[in-house]
Order: sequence, then C-alpha cells, then structure tokens
Amino acid sequence: MGQAIAFYTLAACILGFGVLVITAKNTVHSVMFLVVNFLFVAGLYVLLGAQFLAVIQVVVYAGGIVVLYLFVVMLVNLKRPPEAHQDRRRRGRLGVTCSLVVLAELVAIAAYKYVSPAAGLPPALPMGPDNVAQVGMLLYTDYLIPFELASMLLLVAMVGAIVLAKRDL
Amino acid sequence: MIDLLVIPLIKIVIVLTGVLITVMYLVLLERKVQAWVQVRLGPMRVGPHGVLQPIADVLKLFVKEDITPVRADKVVFTLAPIIVLVPAIIAFAVIPFGDQVSIFGKPVPLHIADLNVGLLYIVAVASIGIYGIILGGWSSNSKYPLLGALRASAQLISYEVAVTLTFVSVILVSGSLSMVDIVTAQKANGVWFAFVQPLALFIYFVGALAETNRSPFDLPEAEQELVAGFHTEYSGMRFALFFLAEYANMIVVSAVATTLFFGGWLRPFPSVAFLHFLDFVPTWIWFVVKTFLVLYLFLWIRATLPRYRYDQLMRLGWKVLIPLAIANIIVTAAVKVALSD
Amino acid sequence: MVLSAALFIIGVIGVMTRRNIIVILMSIELMLNAVNINLVAFSNLWQNAAGQVFVIFVICVAAAEAAVGLGIILAFYRNKETVNIDEMSLMRW
Repeated sequence: MGQAIAFYTLAACILGFGVLVITAKNTVHSVMFLVVNFLFVAGLYVLLGAQFLAVIQVVVYAGGIVVLYLFVVMLVNLKRPPEAHQDRRRRGRLGVTCSLVVLAELVAIAAYKYVSPAAGLPPALPMGPDNVAQVGMLLYTDYLIPFELASMLLLVAMVGAIVLAKRDL
Repeated sequence: MIDLLVIPLIKIVIVLTGVLITVMYLVLLERKVQAWVQVRLGPMRVGPHGVLQPIADVLKLFVKEDITPVRADKVVFTLAPIIVLVPAIIAFAVIPFGDQVSIFGKPVPLHIADLNVGLLYIVAVASIGIYGIILGGWSSNSKYPLLGALRASAQLISYEVAVTLTFVSVILVSGSLSMVDIVTAQKANGVWFAFVQPLALFIYFVGALAETNRSPFDLPEAEQELVAGFHTEYSGMRFALFFLAEYANMIVVSAVATTLFFGGWLRPFPSVAFLHFLDFVPTWIWFVVKTFLVLYLFLWIRATLPRYRYDQLMRLGWKVLIPLAIANIIVTAAVKVALSD
Repeated sequence: MVLSAALFIIGVIGVMTRRNIIVILMSIELMLNAVNINLVAFSNLWQNAAGQVFVIFVICVAAAEAAVGLGIILAFYRNKETVNIDEMSLMRW
C-alpha cells in the first residue's frame, strides 16, 4: 500500500515536471525542471529495486549530462523573447497529431500482447538485494561484447565532441 | 516499527547538530591555524582566546542586509545556496561513525543508513552540489559571478572524474560499495587501505582539495580574482549558507577519506594484539580524531601552498591525475588477480 | 508502463512544438528516460536483471549523443548566432 502511494506520487511528479520542461519559457528553468525530473526517476528506480541504476542515473544523467546542457545554455545566453504566435499554432497541431499517432501505436502493441501469449523470455536471473554484484556479473559475462562496444562508442563521442567544439582546427 | 522511525530520526538530529557545530568551529579553527602559521594570534577578543567568535560571525551574517540584484531571477537566486548546502549535509547519511553501541540493551549501529551503493551515493550527491554553484553564478545576472561559476563548475566536474576513479580502486580492494563493508574489510585485512593504496590516497586528497574549492585550487573564489567569484552578489544569510556549505563539504570529504583510507572507526593497528588496551576508547572517538587530522591537513595546506593558475589546474586534473588514477586501477586489478591464484 | 508511455508522449510533443533546439534535445532525453523506466519496470516484473544492464547501455548512448549534439549546436551557434530551429536551414539559403 505504501508502495502504491509512493509510486503514484513519484509518477505524478515525473509527469508534472516533464510537462514543465517542455513548456517553460526560460530555457534555464527548463533545464532545472529536467534535473528535478531525473531525480524523481532515480527515486522510481529505487522503488523498483534497481539501486545501482538509481545512483548511476543521478551521477551520469542528472549530474553530468544536464550540467553539459546548462553550460551550453549559458554559453549561448538565451534571453530571447518567446516564439512568434502564428507558427506556434500550426506547430502545435502537427505535434498533437504526431503524438496521437504514437499513442495509437502503443495501444496497438499493448492489444497485440494481450491477444497472443508472450514469446520466449530471456533466461531469468533472480534479483536479490545484492543488486550491484548481479548487474556487474551480467555485464561482464553475458553482455561483454555490448559493454566493449559501448566503451568504443563513448570514446568516439568524446573525440567527436572535442573536435566539434574546438575553435581552431 | 518505532525502531525504524525513531532511532534514525534521533541519529539524524545528532548528526545534524554535530555537523553544524563542527562547521562553525571549523571556521574559527581555520583562522586560528592560519594565524599561528603566520606567527600571529588570530581572533582573540570574543570570549577567551576567541572561542565565541563563530557566534559573533553568525550574528553578523544574520543581521546584514539581504541584497538581491535588480534583474536577477529571484527564485533561482534564493534556491542556489540551498542547492549547494543540502547535498553537503545529506552525504552524512551513509558515513559510519562507529561500531555498534548498545543503548538500553539494544544494539544500535552508528550510521544512519547502510546503503548497498553507499560510495556511489556520495559521488551522486557531490555531482548535485555543482548545480548550486552554476545557478548561483547565473542568477546573479552579472558578468563576474557567471564566469566564476562556470570556471568553478568546470573545475569540479574535472576532478570529480579523478576522484571517482580512485573510488574504483578502493572498491577493487574492498569488494563492496557499502561504506560499512569497506570499514569491515579494513578490519578483516588488518591494515588500513592507506597502506594498500597510497597512490589512490594521494590522488583522492588532491581531488578533494579541488572539489571543495580549497587552496591551492581556490581560484574560483579567491578574493583577489574575479571579485570573489560566483558569490559576489550574495550577502547576509545566503552568503552564510554558501560558506556553511563549503565547510560542510570539507568535513564530508575528510570523513570519506577517513572511512576509505584510514580505517573509519578502527583503532590504529587493528591487527596487533599488543595494543588491545586501546579498545577501551569508544570507536566514534577514533573516527572524530582521524577526521580532524585530515581536516587539519586541509588547513595546513591552505596556509602553505600558493595558488594554482586556472589552466595549470585543468592540466593537472585531466592530464596528470586521471591517467595516474587509471594506472592505479590497472595495477590494483593485476595484483588482485595475481594474488588470488 | 503507462507512466513511461505518457512520458514518451510528452517528449514527442516537446520535440515537435518547441523551436529552441536545446529544448528539443532535452525532450529527446525525456523520451530516452521514458524508455529506461519501461526497461526497469519490466526487469522488476520478470525478476530478470538483464533489463537493468540494458538501461546502463541506454544511458551510455544518451550521454554520447548529448555530448555530440551539444558540440554540434556550439559549432553552429558560432557561425550563425541563433538557436531557433527555423532559422537553421543551411540547405536553403
């Protein structure tokens, strides 16, 4: 029961701040709402028993990526007046249409899942309280190749970002 | 049920008051130590030998006029010091202050929470503290604080990487992310991790100096540069909060160093049976003594070393400390694999 | 699951309606987070830790993409002095 209350509060906060992220006029406020959003998502992960992920989310996502966004926002210095009116109305209609399409797609997937039984699941590993050890075990045994690929990807992204942002090349 | 709620609450209250009082007297201690190094006496007037000076400081900051710049973003301006202070204080939730104590016949462990990801929690909390600095600098709506804030946060995120890498090597040796387990591992091994991982200790200490914006890395807030950096426009109570946060950060970092490298609440030489008479000292006193020794090292270095220039600072962090930390991890892992065969 | 779908839709609306490119990138991050929530929820439901491993990879990819994307924005801003996506059409001069 307590879990349900916690879940619904967290969910409401996540959605609420998400809406605030895309509707705030001031970009810095938008970024701040994004940080708060990520913190609530981390709370949700703890509720779902993924403590390692929760902390990683805070460290990498909320503490690293959004700081990057904040830097760029400040370097670009956005104190512009809000966007023009007539474009907004047309854009709004297009946006709502796209999201309705996505919603329809999701409903279709859910319905399909109820019609036909679930396909073969990956081998289940029991998740105990020693969350970190199990994630680590999986990372290094079953999913070793994606792990190495991810590190290559990060290296390439690092080089790319530095090259893009350099002034004199 | 009452154990789940009341005991942690009491512990939280004790830790909070302890931290606040320690921070206040740390300010006084810093001024005294710097004065003695410079062959003078420091604050002497308020109370015997200046002992009541922190109270005078707090009163002064309370009474000062609270100025808000004209076109500053008021909400963010007020929020920024809070965002810096809160992570510094909630980091104390995972630090083990001592072994189990029996109060009224019930064993009470001397830490507020034993997270199984305790060490990562401290890293996470530290990365949230960066926001307060950036937002403080930006919301002041003026050039110097903004530049100071950007510089300070760039410094913080650079050294955060190096510090996290040293945590990895400590985790390799101890085998667990939980702070309580790390102390237990040091007890089981019979030797403090400072002797097992001296390079990690050195890198951690330098990184900690940079993380808390202390000399010799205090360029973002030095008085002679950038007009006191990112908290130029702050006065009165809000400035007090920034100030508090910096010293609380120092204490957190020293406490983490004590737990990771100096054996937490273990007595010196925990494996030598000859010194068993030292067991009569309560464990949390060992912890406090060790933390204060590390804090004294901070103050000592501030009084001694000159300041690093900003580009030298960044070069040190990225080109020297991070490769050293990575090399440390590789060597530690190799030794561990070799020893376990 | 409903939560993650709702968050995803919010992200999509954000991407479509705002013209500030940084907000567009942030909405993409919101969508990625929605996917992550879904993965963790299923990992909890089926008691299978593989979902969490995948989330780590998604966070990795999101970090890489955010860094490169912001690098592109910075390079663009230096040349054209705008972050309005309507004005960023190099192919139509």
